[in-house]
Amino acid sequence: MVTFYDTEVASRLMLGTAQYPSPAILAEAFRRSGAGIATVSLRREAAGGDGGAFWELVRRLGVRLLPNTAGCHSAREAVTTARMAREVFGTSWIKLEVIGHADTLQPDPWGLVEAARELCADGFDVFPYTTEDLVLAEKLLDAGCRVLMPWGAPIGTGLGLANRYGLRSLRAQFPEVPMVVDAGLGRPSQAAEAMEMGFDAVLLNTAVAKACDPAMMAEGFARAIEAGRLGYEAGMMEPRDMAAPSTPLIGKAFL
Amino acid sequence: MIRVIGGGVMGLAVAAELSGRGRAVTVIDRERQAGPHHCSWWAGGMLAPDCEGETAEEPVVRLGRAAADWWAGQGARVIRRGTLVLALDRDRAELARFARRVPGAPLEAEGIAALEPDLAGQARRGLHVAGEAHLDPRATLAGLRARLAAQGVVFETGEARPGPGDIDCRGLAARDALPDLRGVRGEMVVLRLRDLDITRPVRLLHPRHPLYIVPRGQGLYMLGATQIESEGRGPATARAVLELLSAAYALHPAFGAAEVLEIGADARPAFADNLPRIRRRGGVIHVNGLFRHGFLLAPAMARMVADRLCDGITPEVCDEDHG
Repeated sequence: MVTFYDTEVASRLMLGTAQYPSPAILAEAFRRSGAGIATVSLRREAAGGDGGAFWELVRRLGVRLLPNTAGCHSAREAVTTARMAREVFGTSWIKLEVIGHADTLQPDPWGLVEAARELCADGFDVFPYTTEDLVLAEKLLDAGCRVLMPWGAPIGTGLGLANRYGLRSLRAQFPEVPMVVDAGLGRPSQAAEAMEMGFDAVLLNTAVAKACDPAMMAEGFARAIEAGRLGYEAGMMEPRDMAAPSTPLIGKAFL
Repeated sequence: MIRVIGGGVMGLAVAAELSGRGRAVTVIDRERQAGPHHCSWWAGGMLAPDCEGETAEEPVVRLGRAAADWWAGQGARVIRRGTLVLALDRDRAELARFARRVPGAPLEAEGIAALEPDLAGQARRGLHVAGEAHLDPRATLAGLRARLAAQGVVFETGEARPGPGDIDCRGLAARDALPDLRGVRGEMVVLRLRDLDITRPVRLLHPRHPLYIVPRGQGLYMLGATQIESEGRGPATARAVLELLSAAYALHPAFGAAEVLEIGADARPAFADNLPRIRRRGGVIHVNGLFRHGFLLAPAMARMVADRLCDGITPEVCDEDHG
């Protein structure tokens, strides 16, 4: 169980809903992985009309929806999109993305804090997509965010945890804040590593949607996430230089 | 007399198949000719089953293989030069991913230049998927309609609701009978550029903005690839057009000088698995959900409808057959 904004969610896997070969395969990925939260992009799907039928299919997944502000390049745009999303999906949860760099899709720290402040004041439960920067994290928490979503690597790159040191110190700095590693993961082992580091959950889209078999990949990630979390909770041994046999040496000749 | 409701690519293909088996057919459509109210009017016209297999499931690839011969048999001008799949240097990973799923001959710069001399020096890596073809959708729809009329198929103009014995080929307009149908929006641009001669469909892979360019002859090129989960049939957005044009410009800077002849958008009918269906209910045969594969799948679907009607064979893609 993991808790975001007083809501308990059974799975530590969140899945995006874009880029799947079909909605049926998307549904299968949720079924096989048991993912508990689905992110939905209002902006893209609403272009020029309504995405009614697709959203209906997503709603029927029976999981908690987390609308996002993907593709927004300013605080203003993101706030407007968030308000539209609240109307359309009937939830105050919002994954806040304010993109600052067109090529790397890196968040714009200033726009992010500005939008977070406005949305928190307006009663939203904000999940900000951020970097591993400690100062930015602090400002987002000051703005009223009670969850952080640091990136593993830029969106869609599959590079994994690009700055382990930064992520580790972010985790250590704010031990009480639920944190979701969002973006940049490509392989189940990378998700396991994030979980071993003590992150609370992982959000994926491309790595699953663009796999040859998305549903199987979703399950692979789900198991890796569970394995990583169990490892974290069980308390992992520290690496050491001296070999220590698991069978005792007592009674054997050692000279 | 069998009534076919809807005169887009699916309706015309069914009419052709039934008429070819000696049945008397009437096609009823809202308009007097094939046009912008049909989503097939906006199609790319690529008969590319292997390339579609990148995302589509196995039945699409298999059923689509019959398309090129079928259309040629109906008098359409089918151009069989395969598909050229390209990626710019920084998107090499996209090409590797594509090649894992789609059988094709890997190409380097020389191979690309040999196939399409005018693209020499642009992309340095690609894949040639031979055995694929393309056609001009609008010329094909108009040509097939004229051919059917000459064969004695009757064309009526007007609104009709399908009743027992009818074949419903209305696409997205059939949602009154098929509530699980959804619209998937696509946008396209038609350019004219006389000083660039590309002879086969080109797919430019890109992690964000994939593009296909289909040559239509006489310097005309159709650009497409957007796919949005929206039922909207309104005008194309600036963003979609920007994406398509930027991708074309990235493929060859000469596209910067092209004339923009047309910008279009429409929604394609699809079921949740993006696979086509034949559904027989209350005596009506519904054929629908061809998604982005109208010209590719209409022949196989039409054959299955005719098999069901003439020989009582239950089609493979039939999910309901009663009444």
